Amino acid sequence: MYSALVIGASAGGLKAITQILAQLPSSYPLPIAIVQHRLADHTQLLVELLNANTELTVVEPYSGQKLQPGFVYIAPGGYHLLIERTQQFSLSVDSPVCYAIPSIDVLFESAAVSYAQQLIGLVLTGANSDGSIGLQRIREYGGLCIVQDPDSAEEASMPKAALKLTKADHTLPLEKIADLLLQLASSGT
Amino acid sequence: MQKKDSLEFEINHLLEAILYQYGYDFRHYARASLERRVLNRLHLADLQHVTELTSKILHDPEYFDLFLKDMSITVTEMFRDPSVFKAIRKSVCSRLRTYSRVNIWHAGCATGEEVYSMAIMLQEEDLLSRTQIYATDFNNHSLTIAKEGIYPAEKMQLFTENYQSAGGQASFADYYQAKYQFAKFKDSLKKHITFANHNLIKDQVFASMHLVMCRNVLIYFDQQLQNQVLGLFQESLVHRGYLVLGDKETLEFSAVDKSFESVDTNARIYRIKTDV
Repeated sequence: MYSALVIGASAGGLKAITQILAQLPSSYPLPIAIVQHRLADHTQLLVELLNANTELTVVEPYSGQKLQPGFVYIAPGGYHLLIERTQQFSLSVDSPVCYAIPSIDVLFESAAVSYAQQLIGLVLTGANSDGSIGLQRIREYGGLCIVQDPDSAEEASMPKAALKLTKADHTLPLEKIADLLLQLASSGT
Repeated sequence: MQKKDSLEFEINHLLEAILYQYGYDFRHYARASLERRVLNRLHLADLQHVTELTSKILHDPEYFDLFLKDMSITVTEMFRDPSVFKAIRKSVCSRLRTYSRVNIWHAGCATGEEVYSMAIMLQEEDLLSRTQIYATDFNNHSLTIAKEGIYPAEKMQLFTENYQSAGGQASFADYYQAKYQFAKFKDSLKKHITFANHNLIKDQVFASMHLVMCRNVLIYFDQQLQNQVLGLFQESLVHRGYLVLGDKETLEFSAVDKSFESVDTNARIYRIKTDV
């Protein structure tokens, strides 16, 4: 039923993402695309850190690359990451959105159009409001919306902003999110 | 609520209308970014549907200018990716020194930050006096800013840091005059730069180049258009000429891959092979 998972995280996100990815097996059927806000030049370090703690393969996607199961794609620093209708990645150096490049909204909004109801969107910890408009778009296109419970988040404002704009299908503390993702991925196959 | 998504159809229709009326062909742009820009404009104009925007653009050239402006807003900095400039200094400049006259083309120069970066680097490498830089873009609004060479003073700190990381040998402040909230780059740099309107999609080669810089332009094109534009660069380059692409762009999988060799993989510096 679901064909892709997009995740957005900002402050406190590295820990949260690491924890979730650590619980997903290499056979996890959905490709995962992630925007994690950070300083521009730390992409390689982020990829290495995440790879060391998951069975999945974490990579920085190139323009034109097709999304495939078993892979986690990290948006490169200094570029927006988008998903085309052909379910291939593209990149841009358009203006920052919510002061961020890469921006969560940019990934989410393009993914919503591309995957529609086959998409799961997840907003994690963060200290701004990026991702809220993107999550709203995912909902409009019939996708599933998950938001980390603000009380369990290292920084509550990003999940709060997402919940303010969109009614989430699930609002969960961090430690329960991976279980749900596993369940959702197996339910339709 | 599951209505049929007409957005793709409406955007196709808009691009056909623009091609018909103004001769600009955006049909082979990567669609997701283009859509985002169009939807932003729709939002700013307080319009409901892309078809309404199409009608305005079709009948009002000034509105089309606004669209053109939207289509070329990108983020750039002086000495963006300092390591690339460092690599050019190291691997390319010594080769350029073997020519008595050097032509460099910045294709898609936008607001010109990279062009001035190149001029500064060439001056420090004692190459500027023999170099003609051609800086082109399809957008006149961007070109106007590029020609002026005036940037917000608040950006100078970042630019200075980049300049230093890129191997800058002097004091960055020597290259501009600060006035009020602005920094104006010196005429001694501009003297060697020709700014001109050139559309990579429909215009031809206009001179023989020793180095083509085209960074973060191809990411906006689909594979077909990328191949077409890369073909243009290949045609423009002299024997053993250099091509520098953006950080996330590569000749791998492209139609001209076999004609170039990689000089510096990380910096995306390529060179025309000897045997072609």
